[in-house]
Amino acid sequence: MAINVVVCVKQIPDPSAPARLDPASKRLVREGVDLVLDPGDEHAVEAALQVAEGAGGEVTVVSMGPARAVDAIRRALSMGGARGIHVQDPALQNSDALSTARVLAAAVKGQPFDLIVCGQESTDGSTGAVPGQLAELLGLPLLSFARKLSVEEGKASIHRQTDEGYDVVEAPLPAVVTVTGGINDPRYPSLRGIMQSKNKEVRQLTLEAIGLSGKAGEKALTQEVVDLQPAQARKAGRVIEDKGEGAREIVDFLAELKVI
Amino acid sequence: MAAATDFYCVQDLLTDEERLVQSTVARFVEERFLPIVADHYERGTFPLEIVPELARIGLFGMHLQGYGAAGMSNVAYGVACQELERGDSGLRSFVSVQGSLCMFPIHRYGSEAQKQRWLPAMQSGEAIGCFGLTEPDFGSNPGGMATRARRDGSDWILDGTKRWITNGNLAHIAVVWARTEQGIRGFLVERGTRGFEAREIHHKLSMRASVTSELLLESCRVPADCELPGAQGLKAPLSCLNEARFGIVWGALGAAIACYQSALDYAKARVQFDRPIAGFQLTQLKLANMLTEITKGQLLAFQLGRLKDQGKATAVQISMAKMNNVREALEVARLARSILGANGISLEYPVMRHMANLETVLTYEGTQEVHTLALGEAITGISAFK
Ligand SMILES: Cc1cc2nc3c(=O)[nH]c(=O)nc-3n(C[C@@H](O)[C@H](O)[C@H](O)COP(=O)(O)OP(=O)(O)OC[C@H]3O[C@@H](n4cnc5c(N)ncnc54)[C@H](O)[C@@H]3O)c2cc1C
Ligand SMILES: Cc1cc2nc3c(=O)[nH]c(=O)nc-3n(C[C@H](O)[C@H](O)[C@H](O)COP(=O)(O)OP(=O)(O)OC[C@H]3O[C@@H](n4cnc5c(N)ncnc54)[C@H](O)[C@@H]3O)c2cc1C
Repeated sequence: MAINVVVCVKQIPDPSAPARLDPASKRLVREGVDLVLDPGDEHAVEAALQVAEGAGGEVTVVSMGPARAVDAIRRALSMGGARGIHVQDPALQNSDALSTARVLAAAVKGQPFDLIVCGQESTDGSTGAVPGQLAELLGLPLLSFARKLSVEEGKASIHRQTDEGYDVVEAPLPAVVTVTGGINDPRYPSLRGIMQSKNKEVRQLTLEAIGLSGKAGEKALTQEVVDLQPAQARKAGRVIEDKGEGAREIVDFLAELKVI
Repeated sequence: MAAATDFYCVQDLLTDEERLVQSTVARFVEERFLPIVADHYERGTFPLEIVPELARIGLFGMHLQGYGAAGMSNVAYGVACQELERGDSGLRSFVSVQGSLCMFPIHRYGSEAQKQRWLPAMQSGEAIGCFGLTEPDFGSNPGGMATRARRDGSDWILDGTKRWITNGNLAHIAVVWARTEQGIRGFLVERGTRGFEAREIHHKLSMRASVTSELLLESCRVPADCELPGAQGLKAPLSCLNEARFGIVWGALGAAIACYQSALDYAKARVQFDRPIAGFQLTQLKLANMLTEITKGQLLAFQLGRLKDQGKATAVQISMAKMNNVREALEVARLARSILGANGISLEYPVMRHMANLETVLTYEGTQEVHTLALGEAITGISAFK
């Protein structure tokens, strides 16, 4: 049976360039910078494509963002997505996470899907709140922090990344899944994919079209950024001199950080 | 990435799709190729392990139509070459040889059976090609070639030596140009054919991350259907070179951009006499000249690409751009080398690698001098070289 997947992607300022915050609006400066598909969401797109390709389904790429966000959608389409949905509305400027989730929920409603895949958190805002809110609004189970995902017989099963290792978690479809960076190695768009993406449909929707006029965006903020503080300067690294125990000390240090 | 070396906003002239090609290839090169190139360069090997990925992206024969190719614009091919050569001229050479020098002649001059047999296999990287035109005694003057093909029944017998052949030892299929009684013809010679041998050329100080070989043909018998039926005369191989040179016009810019960026970063960070060397007027003169030449080269490449997309680019227009962009890229590389001081000679930085590579790029696909004289002939109507 075909499994159709929706993948939610966000366009963000190129994280390889230094980010700037605007002290007045307390927001990330998005003008005059290169904008890219969030690298975390590339893993989501790859995971979605793998599920759909394995089951003969299609991937729909959904994004909320200003006009240029269509570039991020196109990138996902050139990786192999079948169509895009772009919610764009002047009223959506400075949306908070809940607004974003409301918009995404309304945009995918009426769209046939078996699975929604999201990044675990965006690289710029990094609240990690949108996918949970989205699942709640749609009344769907949430499988978060997947470092492995398989879908079969009407259920999704993941390996949820934990500090110690992983848990195996299952939920019936449809479900929302968030993926970690370790889940896969995202493919590069192919040149044929780039050519084909030109002819793929990207539906442009306004707040009115999804029935959320006045119920999302600037007018419906539930949260507010009250203050900005510079991050604490990082402490200097620790130098371990090898007096025969060097390897041990490094292993202990890494274990302490829970990376091994 | 863009802004600092896109002084005249040439990026704005690209289509969305061309920009996406550029960012895709740029990322691939950065993530998969740059981390390994220095080691390969030092050892004198080409990283064959990336061939399947180059193929999956669809870079081989990307501007050809049909047979699994992407059918992209010439400008898209150009920006791809630029990003590949930001990695290394050897990487761009690999893609140039495969697409422009091997797939192109099969696509343009081959029989339907030859196209079916080779184009999809080459597109997918399962078959690697090489292009044998140059000989030990005939470089700038390929029309004088000594390699012969004679009929024996319906077969052809090839005799001769080709030299300086990129990918010769990697190739499954060689496009070999030889003189027949009817003039110059092209032949597809498969690896393993009796009487055909490739020998790697060692001791290179340039293009070290690329394989270069000698092809020996001794009473090498190939069936009639190995001849490229549409290739008649020297203009056939020259048409292939035109395609590849167009890629070089952009590729050289890529090498120059890599050198410029490396030099700029270095100049800002390196302190002498208590200030960054970027603050010295002589360094600024170098940087200003480098950026100016890169910018001029970009405009040349872009307009040439659009002319080619309209089917209007002439061979001599391509000559001018190849001549200029490679010459200036080499100058940029040398200036960058000087800015990096002693570090400039190290493989830890990309600059000397690019500089050494560009010495090959200056010579192959028509030397600097020959392109200058081609332009001179076009200007005056008088050939100074033959
Ligand atoms: C300086 C600054 C100020 C901010 N101020 C506020 C504020 O006042 N209140 C507030 O709530 N938030 C605020 N945000 C965050 C807000 O703008 C979020 O970026 C946005 O609402 C989405 O949340 P997120 O980026 O944290 O997404 P996350 O929840 O971290 O994203 C997880 C996943 O959800 C999906 N997703 C997220 N956004 C989208 C989208 N637009 N389209 C499609 N899929 C998406 C993607 O799959 C993504 O990987 C601020 C952010 C910054 C950087
Ligand atoms: C790394 C590498 C890879 C290569 N790959 C390939 C390949 O894949 N396939 C292939 O067929 N070839 C390949 N070549 C060969 C290349 O195309 C030739 O080296 C080139 O055409 C020059 O020929 P030559 O070396 O014999 O120099 P020559 O022709 O002997 O030239 C020597 C010098 O004399 C000058 N000169 C020659 N004639 C004139 C004239 N009439 N007027 C003024 N000056 C003149 C030249 O400009 C040059 O400066 C490669 C070369 C290198 C170095």
